[in-house]
Amino acid sequence: MTINRRQFVVQGSIATAGLVIGVRFSPSTAFAQENEKGPKGKVVNPFDAYVHVKPDGKISLIVAKSEMGQGIKTGLAMILAEEAEVDFNTVSVEQAETRPDIYAHMGTGGSGSTMENFMPLRRAGATVRTLMITAAAQSWNVPAVECRAKKNAVVHEKSSRRASYGELVEAAVKLPLPDPETVHLKDDADFELIGHATPRVDIPSKVNGTAVFGLDVRVPEMLFAVVARCPTFGGKHAHYDATRAKAVPGVKSVFEIPALGRDMFTAGGVVVVADSTWAAMQGREALKITWDNGPAAGESTGTLHTSLHAGAGKPGKRIRNDGDVDAVLLNRAKRVEATYEFPFQAHATMEPMNITVHARSTEAEVWAPTQSPDWVQRTVAKVLDIKPEKVIVHTTLMGGAFGRRYMADYPAEGAQIAKVVGKPVQLVWSREDDMTHDFYRPAACHQMKGAVDSTPRPLAWSHTIASTSIEAYWHPEGGKPEASEVGGAEQMPYAIPNVRLEYNPVESAVPPLWWRSVEHSFNGFAVECFIDELAAAAGQDPVQFRKALLVKPANWKAKDDEDPDPARLLAVMELAAEKSGWGTALPKGSARGIATYHSFGSYIAEVAEVTVQGKNFKIDRMVAAIDCGKIVNPESVRAQAESAIIYGLSAALKNEITIKNGAVEQTNFDGYDPIRISEAPPIEVHLMNSTENPGGMGEPALPPAAPAVANAIFAACGQRVRKLPFQLRSA
Amino acid sequence: MSAFHLVINDRTHEVDVSPDTPLLWVLRDKLNMTGTKYGCGMGLCGSCTVHLDGEAVRSCQTAISSVGSKKITTIEGLSADNSHPVQRAWIAEQVPQCGYCQPGQIMSAAALLAKTPKPSDDQIDSAMAGNLCRCGMYQRIRRAIHRAAGEGA
Repeated sequence: MTINRRQFVVQGSIATAGLVIGVRFSPSTAFAQENEKGPKGKVVNPFDAYVHVKPDGKISLIVAKSEMGQGIKTGLAMILAEEAEVDFNTVSVEQAETRPDIYAHMGTGGSGSTMENFMPLRRAGATVRTLMITAAAQSWNVPAVECRAKKNAVVHEKSSRRASYGELVEAAVKLPLPDPETVHLKDDADFELIGHATPRVDIPSKVNGTAVFGLDVRVPEMLFAVVARCPTFGGKHAHYDATRAKAVPGVKSVFEIPALGRDMFTAGGVVVVADSTWAAMQGREALKITWDNGPAAGESTGTLHTSLHAGAGKPGKRIRNDGDVDAVLLNRAKRVEATYEFPFQAHATMEPMNITVHARSTEAEVWAPTQSPDWVQRTVAKVLDIKPEKVIVHTTLMGGAFGRRYMADYPAEGAQIAKVVGKPVQLVWSREDDMTHDFYRPAACHQMKGAVDSTPRPLAWSHTIASTSIEAYWHPEGGKPEASEVGGAEQMPYAIPNVRLEYNPVESAVPPLWWRSVEHSFNGFAVECFIDELAAAAGQDPVQFRKALLVKPANWKAKDDEDPDPARLLAVMELAAEKSGWGTALPKGSARGIATYHSFGSYIAEVAEVTVQGKNFKIDRMVAAIDCGKIVNPESVRAQAESAIIYGLSAALKNEITIKNGAVEQTNFDGYDPIRISEAPPIEVHLMNSTENPGGMGEPALPPAAPAVANAIFAACGQRVRKLPFQLRSA
Repeated sequence: MSAFHLVINDRTHEVDVSPDTPLLWVLRDKLNMTGTKYGCGMGLCGSCTVHLDGEAVRSCQTAISSVGSKKITTIEGLSADNSHPVQRAWIAEQVPQCGYCQPGQIMSAAALLAKTPKPSDDQIDSAMAGNLCRCGMYQRIRRAIHRAAGEGA
C-alpha cells in the first residue's frame, strides 16, 4: 500500500495514545480503504452507509466528510446521485454519524475528499442502482438488461412497468452485493450531474440564519465556558484568585484544568463556567492570575529570525540532489541568489474554536465543528475514560477550518470541562483565544542559489529550507522533520541539470500546523519567484523561459501522486497567459506576473496584473487557469479557487503573526486583518477539460497567487519582494 | 440585572440581564437567536451586524441598555423563506462558502440597499469594508449586491 507523505490521516491508537500523522492513503488505494471494514476487506453496504431509501420513497444521501465551506456536501452527494440515478432535486443530504466502523477515513483535509471518494462513491451509487434494477427485474420476471433506472425508479419499457426505489428497497437490500470492482459504472458522456454546475445544498440555510455552526448548538440546561490560558506558549498559571470572578452575575464555577501533552496539545488554564458566554467572559476578565511563563519566555520574532537564517544558511538534510550543484555554482559567472522569508500565519477562521460536550456517566454526546470527528471521538473518550463507541459525535457546520479544525485540542478541553460540570457545556474560544492559541503555519527562511549560462539556460538550482517543522512538533525524538515542509520544492518541475534541496528544522515553542496548502504556501512562492529571478537573469520572458524548462520526456511516468506532469503545468500556464493577454501592453507602472504550480493533484497557473506607485501597489486583476482533472461541481471549483487566492493574498499582502516573550502579539482582527472587499482584486477562473482523475481544490489555487503578484511587482518596478507580507521600498 | 423590553423582528421580548450586556449575547444566549454571529467582539469583523431602526450596527458593540425602543432586525427577521431580494441574490450568485460571516454581510448589504438602491462599487466598498469574509467571497458579494439592486431590494 502506498503511504503518502503529503497528506494526513490521523490514525489513532487509543490504547497507546499513539498518533501517526503525516500519512494518507493515496487515491488509488482509497477505494479499497473506503470499502473495507478492517483488514478483511469486508464491503460496506451502501444502503447502510451512503444511500438511505425509505419505503415512502424519501431518499437521503449521506456524506461522511465535513462541510467547512468547500461544498463537499454537494459534491459527494452529486457523485452518489449520478450513479444511483436518484433525482438530486428530491433528495436530502445529511451528515454522516461518526462511525469509524463504517467510514474508514472521516477526516476532511489535504484537499482529498473528492480525490478519495470519486470512485468509491461512484461504485456505491452504482451498487444501489444495480440492486434496484435487479430487484425490479426479479419481481417482474424480466431480464435485468431490459430495465433501466432513472429518477428514483426502475422502468421496464417493453411492458410499461415502473417501480419506485421506495417500492423496491425492501427487496433490494436483501440481495447480495455486486463486486464493487466490476459493478457497471456510467459512461462519462452520460453524466447529468458530474461536471455540471449545481447549486450547493447548504447555501439556503446560510442566508437566513438557520445554518447550525458549532457555536449555534443549543441544548437544554447548557452552560458556557471560557478558559484563561497562559499567553506564553508552554507556560501555566502559578496561582489564581477567583473571588471577583465568582461574584460576576451568571458565573457558576471556576476551576483549573491541566495542560494535556502530545496528541492533544492543550495549554491548560483556569476555567470559568457561566449561564451565558458573556458572563463567562466577564468572569474571566475578573480573574487574578499569576503566570509562570516557562522556558519559552525568551522567544521572539527576532530570535527566530536569527535561527531561521542560520538554518537556511548551512548544509541540511539532503532531500534531492541531481548532478553537481556546487561545481556549477563555483564556475559560473552569472549567479543568482535570493533569500525568502515567511512569518507564522494564523488560520483565523471566522468562527472561533468551540465545542459542546455533555458528559454522562458512561457515555457522552458531542457537537463538534471538526474536520476529524473520529479523532474527536477518540479524544473525548480518552479524557473521559470511556469507550469511543460510547461517544456520540455530531459534526456541525464550520465557520471556516483551513486545517485548524483538524486538531483535537479544543475537543480535549471541552471534555475536561464537561467532566467537571456534569451538564452540557459549550466551550467558547474568544477571538483573542483563537488568535493567540492557534497552531500556526510554520515560519520559514529559504536560501536559493542558481546559475544561468549564456544560452541562456539555468544550469544549477540550490534550495535550502529552514522552518519550524510540523512533523518535529509531533515527533520531536526523530522521525522526518522535513515531512510536511519540502513538498513542491522537492518536486521542482523545471528541467535543470543540477538541483539540490536541503532541509533544516528550527526549534520554536510556537505550535505549528497545516495551514491551507501547508508547505506549498511557502514552497510555491520560493520556487515560482526564483524561477522568475533566473528568467530575468537570463533576459528571458518569464512564460517563454518556463516553457523551455517544462519538458515532458517521452517515457515520463509520475513517481507518485505528488510528482507533477510537466505537460499539464505547461498547459495551464499557456491558458493563463492567453486569457490574461500576456505580452500585450499595459499602462506605465502596470505589469503582469505569472506562476504555475502543482499541489494536491491539481495544476494551477495564475497571472497577476498589478499597478505600482512608489511604495504602494494595487492588484488590478487575477487570472487563474485550472486543470484539476475531472470536475464534479464546476461552481465549487471556481469558488474554491477564488477563496484560496484571497486567503493566500491576505498572507502575502497583510498578515503576519509575530512573537514577543514567547507569546503571540496579535490578538484580534486589528492586528491580523485579512483582505477586505475594498482590497480584493477581481478574479477570473478558467477551467480546463480533463479526463484525468480528480485532483483537490481546497488548497491548490493558493500557492501560485503570491508569487504571481511578486513577479508582477518586479515586472512593474524592478523590485524583488522576498519577504512576506510584502513591503515595497520607495522607488 | 435589569429588565429590558426589546422589539426584535416585530416581536416583543423581555430579558433580565446586566445593562452592559452586548445585544449580540442577549440574542444568542438569552433568546437562542443564533443567526447573528460572534466573530471578534470588537466591531472589527461585522459578523454580528443587525439593524437598529434600519441602521446596520455591530451588535457586539451595542450594550443592551442603549437599544431603548429601537426596532431590532436580525437575519432571522429578513425573511424566513429566503424571499428578501438580498437573500435571493446571495443564492443566485452562490455567495456563501463556510457561511459564518454571511448573516452579517447580508444585513450590511440590506441596510446599504435600503438607503442606496443602486450603489456604485465605491459605495459597496465603503458600506461592506467592515465585514470580513475569510473565505474571500468578495467578488460574489459585490455581484450579489448589484443583482439585488437590479431587482429592487
